[in-house]
Amino acid sequence: MMRVQITKRTANVRPRKKSRPRHIHVLKNLTFYLPLLVLTLLVFTAVFADVLAPHDPVAVSMQERLLPPAFMEGGTKKYLLGTDQLGRDILSRMIYGSRISLSVSLAVIAITASVGTVMGIVAGYLGGATEALLMRITDISMAFPPMLLALLLAVVFGPGFWTVVLALSILGWAPYARLIRGETLKLRYTDFVAQARINGASSLRIMVKHIFPNIVNSLIVVITMAVGMLILAEAALSFLGVGVPPPAPSWGYMVNEGRSVIDRAWWISAFPGIVIGLVVLSGNFLGDWLRDKLDPRLRQL
Amino acid sequence: MMQNRAKTVLEVEGLRTSFFTRKGEVKAVDGISFYVREGETLGLVGESGCGKTVTGLSLLRLLPEPAGRILDGKILLDGIDLLALSKKEMRAVRGKVISMILQDPMTSLNPVYTVGEQIAEPVRQQQGLRGEKAREAVIAALRLLHIPSPEVRLRDYPFQLSGGMRQRVVGAIAMSCNPRLLIADEPTTALDATIQAQYLALFKEVQRKTNVAIIFITHDFGVVARMCHRVAVMYAGKIVETAPTEVIFRQPWHPYTAALINSVPRLDRKVERLYSIKGQPPSLINLPPGCRFCPRCPKEREICREREPEARQVGSEHFVFCWQVS
Repeated sequence: MMRVQITKRTANVRPRKKSRPRHIHVLKNLTFYLPLLVLTLLVFTAVFADVLAPHDPVAVSMQERLLPPAFMEGGTKKYLLGTDQLGRDILSRMIYGSRISLSVSLAVIAITASVGTVMGIVAGYLGGATEALLMRITDISMAFPPMLLALLLAVVFGPGFWTVVLALSILGWAPYARLIRGETLKLRYTDFVAQARINGASSLRIMVKHIFPNIVNSLIVVITMAVGMLILAEAALSFLGVGVPPPAPSWGYMVNEGRSVIDRAWWISAFPGIVIGLVVLSGNFLGDWLRDKLDPRLRQL
Repeated sequence: MMQNRAKTVLEVEGLRTSFFTRKGEVKAVDGISFYVREGETLGLVGESGCGKTVTGLSLLRLLPEPAGRILDGKILLDGIDLLALSKKEMRAVRGKVISMILQDPMTSLNPVYTVGEQIAEPVRQQQGLRGEKAREAVIAALRLLHIPSPEVRLRDYPFQLSGGMRQRVVGAIAMSCNPRLLIADEPTTALDATIQAQYLALFKEVQRKTNVAIIFITHDFGVVARMCHRVAVMYAGKIVETAPTEVIFRQPWHPYTAALINSVPRLDRKVERLYSIKGQPPSLINLPPGCRFCPRCPKEREICREREPEARQVGSEHFVFCWQVS
């Protein structure tokens, strides 16, 4: 029997004539490399914030309030992106702010993705009353207005890191559960699951060993897209004043702070705003790219 | 005959399996009895929806729940009633004592694992083998099914293999724990004719080597002629005739069996038109009171419509359920 080697690339793309130069490859996949660069930079910044930030993000300097960015008239090299009402360095605050954005999103993703996946697989595989119950809970969760619930939680528990995480997680698992249940339903009736049962595998084993690995792709795509959405949600909560409380620098909070002086000092709101947009966009692009790459229809079964 | 002295592996008595649907009770298998011996292949033949697959699934107690239920009967495997086992005990039987091969090799393998990992799973789980010993068992299973260079092949993913190879791998999984009984549910239907012939020959060889009892579910009398020692013909949830293969081809007693054999296209006979059985099988929800085949039977009589026929022995291991025999 001849061994047939079909890889993803040779199967789906025209055979390459010669290996293309590297820079062309990068240019053609700009929607992948650019977002990847942005997100890598974000992680790097968050990890090395101490080293990168030129100033203390919470150091107040009343003599240097509302300084414009360095490239504008009146700006100094000392504060590249200017200062806010209290004379704090915008750049340093943004660098430290990446930590909050990233840690909130990662914590929320860890919680929502695990809860949603477990709920989805259990509901999809076991079916019957279990499925009905879990899916009704999911429906109810999806019917709640998330921002209102977050505000309520902030009032009850007081603003803080874990309040934000809780507020975003408490409803955030539902879309995962929906998606994973759908994927599980498809897999539940496949022959390889039947074959596993014939070979004496328990339900738990089938869910963990046979169903889960087959839905990882979809999960990765959704998680990537969720990063952007969660950074946005965290910013929104901070903007409303119920995020991680000051003086900790959070991007959404910075946008909010700049609001009152936006006619005189636009940079306070603008720079964090631009970064939020950039990161969210990167997450979405990367998610799209991954979805195309991991699409099971494009995979050789 | 040597076969008659071989030990009986499986004995099924009065098995009844129904599906409870919104429209009513579907009597998919309605009181069937049969047995299989060591090293013997029993062909389970019949048209679509006659209960062949449900019979296979019932033996493993893997009916789709909660609709499907075994209502009555005994399934004795080496004298142990499988219907009396707990769920956990039953799980230990599956894959180890009884295994099953499904129809479509394209979908019976999990796309995310290598062939080796998939064969190793029942080996590890059911036999408790680990590491090098598990690897040896996997290679032995691949060898048994004549998969060339097994040490290399076990690192392949299913998508890298052809249909015939995949079905061999499925066979290797089924045989990996040396089961007593193998249920093969139309394993060759999805393969093309030459591969099919190869596969059948392979199974005969596997059976000679391991002495496994095989229940071969099929609708193809050609496959039956090649593979099976005995045949049980099913119609609408009942066995209508059971006999040694060479006998049933020479002298089918039941009109349904005769009609089935008649409708197989043959190269050695010239016919104007291929024979076909008129009518449709009865609905399994609303069964006629007498013989189930009677509305389509060319030889129907008064009694056929009123009472169900009982088993009559017409030869050595040859039983017929038909009124015209008595």
